[in-house]
Amino acid sequence: MNRNLIIGTALTVLFIALAALSFLWTPADIETLDIPNRLQTPNATNWLGTDHFGRDILSMIMMGARTSIAVALLAVGIGMALGIPLGLLAAARHGSFLDELIMRGNDLVFAFPSLVIAILITAVFGASAVNAIIAIGIFNIPVFARLTRGAALPLWERDFILTARVCGKSATRISIEHILPNITNLMIVQGTIQFSLGILAEAALSYIGLGAQPPTASWGRMLADAQTLVSIAPHVALVPGFAILLMVLGLNLMGDGLRDWLDPRIRIART
Amino acid sequence: MHHFKTLAASTAIVLCASGALAQDSITVAIQLEPPNLDPTGGAAQAIDSVLYANVFEGLTRFDADGAIIRGLAQSWDISDDGLVYTFNLAAGVTFHDGTTMDAEDVKFSLDRARAEDSTNAQKGLFAGITDVTVIDPLTVQVTLDQPNGSFLFNMAWGDAVIVAPESIENIASNPIGTGPFTFTDWVQGDRLELTRNPDYWGPAPALESATFRFISDPTAAFAAVMAEDVDAFVGFPAPENLPQFEADPRFQVLVGNTEGETILSTNNKMPPFDDIRVRKALAHAIDRQAIIDGAMFGYGTPIGTHFAPHNPDYVDLLANSQHDPDLARSLLAEAGFADGFTTTLKLPPPSYARRGGEIIASQLRAVGIETEITNLEWAQWIEEVFTNKDFGLSIVSHTEPMDIGIYANPDYYFQYDNPEFQALMETLNATTDPAMRSNLLAQAQAIISEDYVNGYLFELAVATVAKAGLQGLWVNQPTAAVDLTGVSWSN
Repeated sequence: MNRNLIIGTALTVLFIALAALSFLWTPADIETLDIPNRLQTPNATNWLGTDHFGRDILSMIMMGARTSIAVALLAVGIGMALGIPLGLLAAARHGSFLDELIMRGNDLVFAFPSLVIAILITAVFGASAVNAIIAIGIFNIPVFARLTRGAALPLWERDFILTARVCGKSATRISIEHILPNITNLMIVQGTIQFSLGILAEAALSYIGLGAQPPTASWGRMLADAQTLVSIAPHVALVPGFAILLMVLGLNLMGDGLRDWLDPRIRIART
Repeated sequence: MHHFKTLAASTAIVLCASGALAQDSITVAIQLEPPNLDPTGGAAQAIDSVLYANVFEGLTRFDADGAIIRGLAQSWDISDDGLVYTFNLAAGVTFHDGTTMDAEDVKFSLDRARAEDSTNAQKGLFAGITDVTVIDPLTVQVTLDQPNGSFLFNMAWGDAVIVAPESIENIASNPIGTGPFTFTDWVQGDRLELTRNPDYWGPAPALESATFRFISDPTAAFAAVMAEDVDAFVGFPAPENLPQFEADPRFQVLVGNTEGETILSTNNKMPPFDDIRVRKALAHAIDRQAIIDGAMFGYGTPIGTHFAPHNPDYVDLLANSQHDPDLARSLLAEAGFADGFTTTLKLPPPSYARRGGEIIASQLRAVGIETEITNLEWAQWIEEVFTNKDFGLSIVSHTEPMDIGIYANPDYYFQYDNPEFQALMETLNATTDPAMRSNLLAQAQAIISEDYVNGYLFELAVATVAKAGLQGLWVNQPTAAVDLTGVSWSN
């Protein structure tokens, strides 16, 4: 059995479950501040303690998980929705001017460090969760476009594609009906990895104040708020820090595990 | 290993030696770096923090308690009608470039500040001056259009310091004043250095040199003080860390008053805030103590109007705006907002604003007012809120001393336009009798408190963290200044 996959999936499911649960119930209301009750260490009422405004940290983590997952999921969605068709198109028109245009466009976006683009976009268009999604989404596009093209190109040389072409199927239909199903595994694995990068990027953006704005809870902002409190109430910083760590670790383990599990060559080698 | 020990030992000796020698220099950190070095041309407080009383001096000056004392003017006579001020200047005063400071320089400075094309940030200070006449090199006469009870106070501001025509051209990068310290170097983004002026006309300061460092990030500020990279941090930005310094014998913590009235600025021209019932509802929705505790960790004094509580003329008007969410809700319903409304809350960087903003947002939500919080950098805040007046609510500390007069200016960013108040301010400016001034100030405080112009939150406290042996630093901040003239190390 694949240990990575189990641990990774367990961690990921845990956080997704926490985020889902937050729609129905949180241990405490985080919109009402309770300042006299601030900076409590973990106890029976507040399992993970309270922050500098007396809010329950566990509830904040649950609401923050919601923000993180929503932003990362939508950003990866944008990357896939635009990147995969572009990659399929470039592969289908291999060597054409269009192929060049798409791939050099990709290089252009790749040339900038991804977080710098995200900061640029949110700084220009204003800090909000929506702009963070767009910013992270944009640097996901070339990742998927390039991977798709790379995976699709060798497929175009295969006999079954040749058969399809001889039968008169258009390049678009071949891409959708024959290429896409054959690269799905790869996309799922890459999607998981990009999802974890999206979580990190969201945390980074909100840490510097360019992500979701208060009162929306966000792990990155929890960290930023806790910065000056580290020496008096370390748990306020440690909890969101570990949340980010565990979520990203979970997704990466799951991505690795999925790759091993989905890749027929590795699976066969193992048996 | 042996070499390492020797090295460590000799390093320790060197450190001790330099420690002993370093007793006549100081490194002071402040949060914001001045954008330029011209106190008579720039509005930024940081300019005064570095240069006031150190490099530049005016006719009069603030002392550590906010009293007005002699500056370059050693004495003055006021005519019986209160219109003519005759200043007798100190003798033997030279600027740092060697030119003499005399009545001509005073005339030049005041005429420049009140000129039509003047870029002085506080032109109002000079508005009443009709004429400046040089009687002799050490005597200058200033004539006002009407008696002005706060004229000597106005002349103490950093914006009213005396500059010289010979050095005015490069003042923004090479400030030349008459003070006890000369400007030596400014490495932008890092530090600014001052050296003792050997030709100073007054008592020589104890310090030989001073370095100002600019550390805006609260975490970096904490680290710099803890590591003893700086000798003092004036205006320490993270109040939550003060108890730790207090408990540490290496440091002393001075907590004092500022002239900073921290307010929930309200755009009085923008509906629904043009309705006094809505503004009153805001005032009753706010729980000041929660803000002081939550944002400032308990440092700060609640205020009920725009006036410093340590001023003898302060009137306690907190009763006008007690925390009463039920009253706030009924006032909103009366004004036609039973279901509340949504507005903007634009916050500058200091923690009183960012943290205070989250607390106020939560308190307003409790009475049905939703706020969209936007965090702004100072430059953006100045542009969007202060200049373009594009805001519903904001939080800012007004640190100018005795600045209740801003309510008489209908174009000021919160756009309060009340002819009754404007007339009262004119009467006040023309009144010199102290008892009558107190009375007028009390009326003025009551008017803005009862009109609920802004949400009055608290008087900002200032914390200075210094090494234990340092003495003579200002505890209070009657004006933005880090006056080093009286600072010394005790042994």
